Amino acid sequence: MAYNLSFARKVYKNAEMGHWIKMCMQCGVCSGSCPLGPLGAWEFGPREIFQRVRAGKEEEILGSGAMWMCTSCYNCIVRCPRGLPITHIVHGLARYAVETGKVKPTQPTARFATKVFWNNIVKTGRVGEAALSMHLYFIDGIGTGISNVLEMKDVALGMLKSKRLNPIPFRGKIKGYDGFKKMLDKAFELEKK
Amino acid sequence: MADKKIGCYICTGCGIGDALDIAALEVVAKKEQKIPVVKNHAMLCGAEGLALIQKDMTGEGVNALVIAACSPREQGEAFRFDTRIMDRVSLRELVVWVHEQADQKDADTFEEDRNMAAGDYLTMGCMRVKKMNAPEPFQDPGFSKDILVVGGGVSGLTAAREIAKAGYKAILVEKSDALGGHVAGMHQVSASKPPYRDPQPNPIGQLIAEVEGFKSIEVIRNGDIINTAGAPGLFDVTIKTPSGDENRRVGALVVATGFKPYDPAKLGHLGHGSSPDVITGLEFEAMAKAGKIVRKSDGQPAKRVAFALCAGQRDAAHLEYCSSACCIASMKQARYVQDAYADGSAYVIFQEIRTPGQMEDFYRGAQDAGTVFIKGDIQKVATGSGGLDLEVKDKLLRSTETLQVDLLVLATGMEPNLDTQDPNVPAPVKPGPETSHTTLNLQYRQGPSLPNLKYGFADSHFICFPYETRRTGIYVAGPARRPMGIAAAMTDASGAALKAIQAVESVARGAAVHPRAGDLSYPSFRVEACTQCKRCTEECPFGAINEDDKGNPLFNPTRCRRCGTCMGACPQKIISFANYSVDMIGSMVKEVTMPEEDDEKPRVLVFCCENDAYPALDMAARNRTPLSTYVRVIPLRCMGSMSLVWIADAMSSGWDGVLLMGCRHGDDYQCHNVRGSALAEIRLSKVSETLKTLQLESARVRMIEVNIMDANVVVDKINQFVEDLSELGPNPFKEF
Repeated sequence: MAYNLSFARKVYKNAEMGHWIKMCMQCGVCSGSCPLGPLGAWEFGPREIFQRVRAGKEEEILGSGAMWMCTSCYNCIVRCPRGLPITHIVHGLARYAVETGKVKPTQPTARFATKVFWNNIVKTGRVGEAALSMHLYFIDGIGTGISNVLEMKDVALGMLKSKRLNPIPFRGKIKGYDGFKKMLDKAFELEKK
Repeated sequence: MADKKIGCYICTGCGIGDALDIAALEVVAKKEQKIPVVKNHAMLCGAEGLALIQKDMTGEGVNALVIAACSPREQGEAFRFDTRIMDRVSLRELVVWVHEQADQKDADTFEEDRNMAAGDYLTMGCMRVKKMNAPEPFQDPGFSKDILVVGGGVSGLTAAREIAKAGYKAILVEKSDALGGHVAGMHQVSASKPPYRDPQPNPIGQLIAEVEGFKSIEVIRNGDIINTAGAPGLFDVTIKTPSGDENRRVGALVVATGFKPYDPAKLGHLGHGSSPDVITGLEFEAMAKAGKIVRKSDGQPAKRVAFALCAGQRDAAHLEYCSSACCIASMKQARYVQDAYADGSAYVIFQEIRTPGQMEDFYRGAQDAGTVFIKGDIQKVATGSGGLDLEVKDKLLRSTETLQVDLLVLATGMEPNLDTQDPNVPAPVKPGPETSHTTLNLQYRQGPSLPNLKYGFADSHFICFPYETRRTGIYVAGPARRPMGIAAAMTDASGAALKAIQAVESVARGAAVHPRAGDLSYPSFRVEACTQCKRCTEECPFGAINEDDKGNPLFNPTRCRRCGTCMGACPQKIISFANYSVDMIGSMVKEVTMPEEDDEKPRVLVFCCENDAYPALDMAARNRTPLSTYVRVIPLRCMGSMSLVWIADAMSSGWDGVLLMGCRHGDDYQCHNVRGSALAEIRLSKVSETLKTLQLESARVRMIEVNIMDANVVVDKINQFVEDLSELGPNPFKEF
């Protein structure tokens, strides 16, 4: 049965900024403003994401790639006539999908964000770009890793030349790593509440 | 008035003196028109100029005025003298401003033409005043200032309260035994105060108590109006009550009979009748008021409720129009579900949400409370295992979904609870008790009901005069006028109450209500010359004229709005006003000297509606839009007062063409007098025969629609007509 509100109510309560979803009036300005729309990059835009939440389509939404396509350009937030923080809602939904384990294991952005990027930054306190790229290229094993590397080598060389890529991995930790760690711990603690 | 002494005052300010030959104008007034007192002043509207006129009035005995200065639409306050005989000649707007840019090559000719125009306007103004008598206001010792309010719902109660608060007596007639109407059966009402997000307690109890507390409000319950005779100030209303008939003399009526909910039995496609759990909004209100939101079928709590909006509204097969209040009412009812059950779910299935003004905040409040809005159509309603299964085509999801609910509430629309009649099919009924029963049972020759325009609602000009009906002194308020919610109905009722007060006060002074507010003149009928053709009784847009058994007109002065439609209609010329008559305009038309054919100065007469076309022309003049110097404009009270005699007069005295500028007519009419311009067009269709007998081209007379916004095109239209006429050549009657 559609429109069972139990899923929507969970989202309103547990997803970051999720309670805003009920305020959407479905005008579609967000979807029309999204630069990814013309690229056909998403299955559905913010408007449809929100209506699906309200219609109780839990698996379809949390398993979709729609909210992972957001590049945080904030066009939708600026234009929403109802003042919804759409970008934040979409990110909140993405995170909620991870938390509930409903995200598809093959969702590339989710994998990058939750594994590669997160582990990289937490370890040292800053991003080590060489390690980050290598980790990402070889995420599916050695075979695809090599072809990924070959494909990207010209870009990487160019970045090297213009000193945009540091080939030497960052060792040690940032200054004040203890404080950074404390912040993270506090955030986890707050979220558990 | 035998001892009429006319004074003519010419203003030379605002560039009039620079542009025109004032000495020549004085000759026109003095020598040609034989006006005894003729003076000019550099600023007539200033204290000195006004004192000059006042001095002549007190000293010289001047009691009729021709003021040749600016448009009559300007300086009305300044030129207010103790005389009822006055004409304003618009030298500034109609001559100086529109004839400004002289062509360098023939500046002399241009100046001559401009002076001729000024002279002609002054001639016509003098003639108008010569033919004018002082109107005597209509008075009757029986005038009442009481106001009858029909309907004791929220609109009627508000109207009665406002009337009483303003110090007048109200008689409130309610057909049932209880006041409050539909609102009395409601649990809560939508928001009328900031922050406009949540429903409010029902105010009806307080309103009823307030009304019952007024000594100046008489409440008649179980009352049925069986007869409404008379006219504003003199309405005699008979009210049937269980304890006998009551008669009341009142000055005006406020009709607040409210709405009838659309019959849900016609909504089978929305499941009505298929299950007891498909109910209407008013039934749901009753449930909520009783504190029992339950399934009707088995009495179980109704925690999931769907509201179907546009249940018949905006549907050609049912009600074609939007009922305006149902979106908001359904949002309010959704809150009842959430208030009653913490785990309650409310769904609003809509086509478009319409929440004007502050109600957008009410919409936000409903969303915040968790109401789910589904844009789509209910395709099937079936009774399932756990309640009703609604098959909904969700236009936003682009899919068909099944929604399970305990109750389906149909937001049915509003129909006027007031019988009206199509004015285009005038009821050929004679006034009398034998006519069928209607809400008011008006004793009007044109029928017992109020005329409608569309969908059976009483006609009113929805922008300019929303409460006015086509029956003077009868004002419709609330959903009887158009669909509306409670807050709008209360505003509406206040407005109608004030219009009713304005009407009884105007009647007491013998003055007209809109659009000629304050006009003291009214038509008189030379009945001995009447041929009983009944045109006046049929054509009066306001039903002012009844008929006796022989078909003679029985005029009701206080019903009259002074448009003059009867005067234009009468083939016998027996209808005239003290200050407006067929003879007056005809004399003005004939008085203007026509230049010889060889002069090649054609003359084009423009009859112009004073309500719309004339202000448009004034605005064009303010923009200095160049108008042909051959044109002469005569404002009319309404195109409806246009008499074909004037066309014949103009043609036979050598005018080359006549242009009529009236308002838009038809369903979206803009005529202040409802049908004036439409009737003029009908009359004009008969003029070509008259012209043929004179061996003239019918193209010499044209009627166009001009509205008040047409300032940028009105002059072009006139100039175009002048140009088209030049192809026909001069009027052959010039030589006679």
